[in-house]
Amino acid sequence: MLWLASPTLEARVLGWAFHDGTAGAGPQPEQDPPYGTGTAALVDGWRLLQMSALTPPIPGHERDVSFLKHEFVFERMIEIDTDGAAAAPVSRPRSALEH
Amino acid sequence: MDALPLLTTDQMASFVARGFLRLDAVVPPEVNEQAMEELPSLFRSWVDEFRGVTGERDEGEAPLPRSGTVVTEAYAADSAFGRMVRVPAVAGAIASLVGAGPVVDHHFVHIKTAGDLHAQGLHCDAIIDQGPAFDIQLFWFPHDVAPREGGTRFVPGSHLRRVNMDDVARYHHLAGEQFFSGDAGTVVIFHQGLWHAGAPNHGSRDRVMGKLRLNPTVPQVRLWDTSDLDAKNRNDDHIWARMDPGMVAATLRGSEGWYEPSAHRLETVQRAHLWRYLTGDPDFDVDWYLTRTERRAALVTP
Repeated sequence: MLWLASPTLEARVLGWAFHDGTAGAGPQPEQDPPYGTGTAALVDGWRLLQMSALTPPIPGHERDVSFLKHEFVFERMIEIDTDGAAAAPVSRPRSALEH
Repeated sequence: MDALPLLTTDQMASFVARGFLRLDAVVPPEVNEQAMEELPSLFRSWVDEFRGVTGERDEGEAPLPRSGTVVTEAYAADSAFGRMVRVPAVAGAIASLVGAGPVVDHHFVHIKTAGDLHAQGLHCDAIIDQGPAFDIQLFWFPHDVAPREGGTRFVPGSHLRRVNMDDVARYHHLAGEQFFSGDAGTVVIFHQGLWHAGAPNHGSRDRVMGKLRLNPTVPQVRLWDTSDLDAKNRNDDHIWARMDPGMVAATLRGSEGWYEPSAHRLETVQRAHLWRYLTGDPDFDVDWYLTRTERRAALVTP
């Protein structure tokens, strides 16, 4: 998942999350953030699944601040050796780039 | 008795803009050592309680304070928490933010054991609280915390976002977020709404942190050292018109690495509202966002 600075995929990455369906057996993010823009993720083979809708503000709350607005969800399918996934330890970081 | 060292206008403006204030190594070593003796056992007694284990309190162990007790009455002057809140730098910051007689909401001891690599989901405590009045939370680290040794993760500038509890847990990495590291005796004071989370501990010893939430009992208006406020409080400081150095507005318009540019402007407005509450100045503004719309609204006949 990427959160971008504006509604366009060319915008810079403000935040990210990596949900690893391989439990550590597959490729891991190599830098923080993994990509500089949403477009860079496309170039690297990720498919865009969903982006935030552009919704008008709630009347009376036009100036409220809340969640990050520009959320983009990507996926990438890979093949792995399933033995590796089964060996994942119980206490492990969410990704190799976890603090 | 010496007067408490109150916060400066610049420190208050920074707290309003970023939602936290660091007091590095202000708690003396002997108080930190006492905390390292008292706090872990307090944590373990809670764990037993959650697990349904019944037992007597250790001899001399103080009962938990009742919510609503004035902080100086809630903690004996010779207890670890009691000594910490009486450290002049801490007491001065408390008095500046929530007044000299705040009440205890609750405290808790957080322990991140060595080798625990679980990353807690990002959250703010309690629920969405309405209105500009705010609580503070003291995060007291009684021992040195090195980078990657479980120092609390927190997100500067997140405190005014209207979110509920762990509804922000999906944000695993945000530009500009911080992980506490610092010397023993450091107290970091959070606005109640600041997003934070327990972080992985890659180190070899448990990380101990005492957290104390305080509620104000008086309007939080001009409680700090306001001797320089008037000179810094211009309401017409405008990034696209005239800006003067050293103004409160310069601090309140600061951005964070994870802000969308459009949200940054709204954050500026929210901070200006909070500054109006803290100063009692209904005309304060940053970059003219509030003034122009308020003046236009006054032109419209109902």
